[in-house]
Amino acid sequence: MAKSIDVSDLNIFYGDFLAVEDVTIPIAAKSVTAFIGPSGCGKSTFLRSLNRMHEVIRGARVEGKVLIDGQDLYGADMDPVNVRRMIGMVFQRPNPFPTMSIYDNVLAGQKLNSKRMKKTEADDIVERSLRSAGLWAEVKERLDRPGSGLSGGQQQRLCIARAISVEPEILLMDEPCSALDPISTSVIEDLIHELKTQYTIVIVTHNMQQAARVSDETAFFNLSGVGKPGRLIEHGRTEAIFSNPTDPATEAYIQGRFG
Amino acid sequence: MTTTLTPPPVDVSRELYGARLPTWGPRAVITAAVAAAAAAYAVGVNLLQAALLAWVICMVLPLWSAAVEGRRKATDRLVTTLVSSAFVLAMFPLFSILWTVISKGTKVLSAEFFTNSMRNVVGEGGGIYHALVGTLLITGAAAVISIPIGIFAAIYLVEYAEGNRLSRWIRFLVDVMTGIPSIVAGLFAYALFVLFFGEGVRMGIGGSVALSVLMIPILVRSTEEMLKLVPNELREASYALGVPKWRTVSKIVLPTSLAGIVTGVTLSIARVIGETAPLLIIVGTTDSVNFNLFDGRMASLPVFAFASQRNPGIPPEFSIDRAWGAALVLLIIVMLLNLIARLVSYFFSPKGER
Ligand SMILES: Nc1ncnc2c1ncn2[C@@H]1O[C@H](COP(=O)(O)OP(=O)(O)OP(=O)(O)O)[C@@H](O)[C@H]1O
Ligand SMILES: [Mg+2]
Repeated sequence: MAKSIDVSDLNIFYGDFLAVEDVTIPIAAKSVTAFIGPSGCGKSTFLRSLNRMHEVIRGARVEGKVLIDGQDLYGADMDPVNVRRMIGMVFQRPNPFPTMSIYDNVLAGQKLNSKRMKKTEADDIVERSLRSAGLWAEVKERLDRPGSGLSGGQQQRLCIARAISVEPEILLMDEPCSALDPISTSVIEDLIHELKTQYTIVIVTHNMQQAARVSDETAFFNLSGVGKPGRLIEHGRTEAIFSNPTDPATEAYIQGRFG
Repeated sequence: MTTTLTPPPVDVSRELYGARLPTWGPRAVITAAVAAAAAAYAVGVNLLQAALLAWVICMVLPLWSAAVEGRRKATDRLVTTLVSSAFVLAMFPLFSILWTVISKGTKVLSAEFFTNSMRNVVGEGGGIYHALVGTLLITGAAAVISIPIGIFAAIYLVEYAEGNRLSRWIRFLVDVMTGIPSIVAGLFAYALFVLFFGEGVRMGIGGSVALSVLMIPILVRSTEEMLKLVPNELREASYALGVPKWRTVSKIVLPTSLAGIVTGVTLSIARVIGETAPLLIIVGTTDSVNFNLFDGRMASLPVFAFASQRNPGIPPEFSIDRAWGAALVLLIIVMLLNLIARLVSYFFSPKGER
């Protein structure tokens, strides 16, 4: 069910601009990996290269190898559409579909791919996904209202519900809690704990406590200088990274002495 | 020893408000200007000079303001006055046209006017049924031809060919096409149909082709702008759910921009429905009803108005009245289309936007 990810020597480009350089990292199945690092160091870029969303941007490309359970993600016979069905994603900014109701937004993955479902089954998926994302109580009375009428944080939770309703095997989350209050944040963290038993989860966060709370592994990215590409500085068990990091930059970043 | 530091008192009301003209000031000046103009007109000054007088009196406002309120607000009032006068000036031809067409056109409007053709009519009576049918059929066929071509071309440009060299060329050609004179479109359609049917061909569908040539670039442009307004995040959200590109375009991008696209379609129809020159060349006109786009001459409202005015017969009044009537009907159709465009963009645009 859950799949592991193996990245080796990955370089990620926007046109000629090398954004992320030479990343090698194994990500175990059924684990939570947190990416931390300063703004602009390439966390989102790297995350997007794990489900082939990076190449959607014109001129963007990658070099190197990503293996999903041993299969080459960028192999010639890999269909990016199938890859993305298997690897779900929550974006840094909430992006519900404005033409769809809350209900349809949750089921967007199924509806857009014209998957046939019984009404009861669909209702069931919607309720389960919204409950997991901690949004059910707030929207159960207005499932037919447009999704863009929700608050920013509610929209973000709606997008999380949309991503988990298709039951991807790997879930990539780009700062899913940056717009959420502490209560919703803890709901999402509970969700991550729960999902971890079945799925592989990668989460980008700027919140050190969150990284420490939810993740098994932590990877620290940093920029070597202005205009230079971002690099993976170190990665390992979260306790180890937080208690005695090997690189002084990691220690400085974690303790908030940075820049 | 303690010292208390008290800041010098500031008269907040003066600081914030300053001296102002009374709120009735601008209205009083405008009323005075209109009254003066009306009085001048009543004693025999011509309309243009009276309007000029009113405008000059309005310019008192910035001077008054300069004396009372100071430079900054006077400049503001001056610019406000100039912008408002430009607006009134721009509205003038519009209302003048509306007034002329309505006052001259309404008197012929009657049930017969809409249900009779001009077949065997000399002098009084007759109607525009044949021209109405012709206009609706020709414009309808033009819409059927152009809407798919225009919308698909725009989708290609925005979603599939963004930034490549072919798209730059297409965009350039579309811009050029937006500017071609309608008579050229008519000649093009005529030349095209002569190839198949020989000299002197007259056919409704030829008019539709000519109108399409005018409509397609407008449609491509407006649809393109609407598609570009769809945020990229929505496309990405769809791709991230494993939705293929064509489904993303048809189920996310198009529905999101539907209101704008339909508005563009309606406005482009309104733009070509009054075209006269191309129809004169390839469709001609006739006195009887012709439902067949592929066979012979057809009447249309603009050409009917033109022909009635050009060859009014004896006595001319009836024919000229009918021309005004046809012009009024055309104007009403265009206004209805604009109204529809507004309703569509109101009802179809995504709800709940913050
Ligand atoms: N679409 C793009 N085109 C060109 N360059 C880009 C694009 N998106 C990001 N970049 C560049 O790639 C680098 C990494 O950006 P990225 O968004 O991955 O940073 P991040 O680590 O996610 O930052 P944040 O924490 O602020 O979200 C930056 O230098 C950025 O300017
Ligand atoms: Mg980011």
